[in-house]
Amino acid sequence: MKPTSSTARLAIVKQLAQRFAFATMALAAFALMLVGKADTVLVERLRTTAVDTVTPILEMMSRPAATMAEVVDNVRQLGHIRTENTQLRDDNQKLLRWQEAAKRLESENAQLKELLNFVPGPDAGFVSARVVADSGGAFAHSVLINAGSRQGVRKGQAVVTGEGLVGRVHQVGQHSSRVLLLTDLNSHLPIMLETSRTRAIMTGDNGDKPKLNYLSDTLRLVPGDRVVTSGHGGVLPPGLPVGLMLQGPDGVVRVEPFVNRHKLEFVRIVDYGLGGAITPPEEGVGVQGKR
Amino acid sequence: MRPAGLTQRLDMAARHVLPVVLTLLLLLLSLLPLKLPGLASIMPPLALMGVFYWGVYRPDLLNGLSAFLIGFVYDLLAGLPIGVSALVLLLVHGFAHARRRSFLSHGFLVVWTGFAVTSAGAFLVTWLLVSILAGMATDPWPAFTQFLMTVLFFPPLARLMGLTHQAFVKDE
Repeated sequence: MKPTSSTARLAIVKQLAQRFAFATMALAAFALMLVGKADTVLVERLRTTAVDTVTPILEMMSRPAATMAEVVDNVRQLGHIRTENTQLRDDNQKLLRWQEAAKRLESENAQLKELLNFVPGPDAGFVSARVVADSGGAFAHSVLINAGSRQGVRKGQAVVTGEGLVGRVHQVGQHSSRVLLLTDLNSHLPIMLETSRTRAIMTGDNGDKPKLNYLSDTLRLVPGDRVVTSGHGGVLPPGLPVGLMLQGPDGVVRVEPFVNRHKLEFVRIVDYGLGGAITPPEEGVGVQGKR
Repeated sequence: MRPAGLTQRLDMAARHVLPVVLTLLLLLLSLLPLKLPGLASIMPPLALMGVFYWGVYRPDLLNGLSAFLIGFVYDLLAGLPIGVSALVLLLVHGFAHARRRSFLSHGFLVVWTGFAVTSAGAFLVTWLLVSILAGMATDPWPAFTQFLMTVLFFPPLARLMGLTHQAFVKDE
């Protein structure tokens, strides 16, 4: 009788200890959430350390993954090679005409600028980097790249591909950084509709198509209008292509970004000499005043 | 006799950390940029499957603390609000552990159904916490499709982990 009761008691104690540990950890998780909300500096340092540590591993792992994706892509392309060829010929014709027009406009633009004594913006320098990880999932839209502060990447800089704006540098480690994509919940970007010059703030909601809020003029909206950065707030230069405007069935104005998340492989981090998003105001003004 | 004992013990230790290492590897795997159209935003969280699987079959080798830490690492790397995945994976592990008797006594179909229910809860909690911490409701559709992908991906992954389980981790 005795041994059974003692083992039963032991089991109860063990179960209680387990429950206590579980409750403690659940509380710790909530505490972490609060800390993450309150002390962003500490959490950010933790994150950059973690990302810096893991980036070399991810880089190694992403090579075979990229090769595999390439093989799949090659096989898929073989099937379309004929149709693609004819389409490319057509495109080439069209582009040649555009090139002609662009050259004409370029020289005209240069002449007009000369007439106006136009002061050009600062020249942009850039760093190229490889995308080594995608946060993968519906709850956070960011990618990790293998360039950090050692390569000259700074927080707030624009990240672009040939197609347009990808996002902004959100967090910088020594040799890795996190890029917040336009579709992420935390992304807010001042933009402008190219033809109507309507201004708005583009806000991600973790869906594919970010929303436009605070439209300065809702009457002249034309779906299909190109969306570009407006340059307000001094974070990004004006005129970077972002996407196409569309009006959803629910009446919400959204943007279809030019850049597809799954196509990201190499990106450019562009330094426009704008100082990024987090320059303290007095410092920013002082520097600009001296220029 | 001694060296053999040492290697044996090392061997045992290696086998015992395998579930945690394997789950961390799955976590990294789910972060790789696979350039397949549309997969990026619905890539299943593979670590969730690892935590559930080992929570059902060998909760002694991947305990609640491991689940919590794996979730913490995921939060740091994926850029989620810190603590969210730690809590979710802890809850997933707790549920899998509490129901493991009924899962084990039935076939794989019941385990799969159990996983579907668990991950539905996990996605709901994550969505709620992310929305509350951000102060706005996020688009629920990507989360829903990601949930469906997760349920679909479970059988092959569970099979893979079952093979490693049988090959390397001896049952008591």
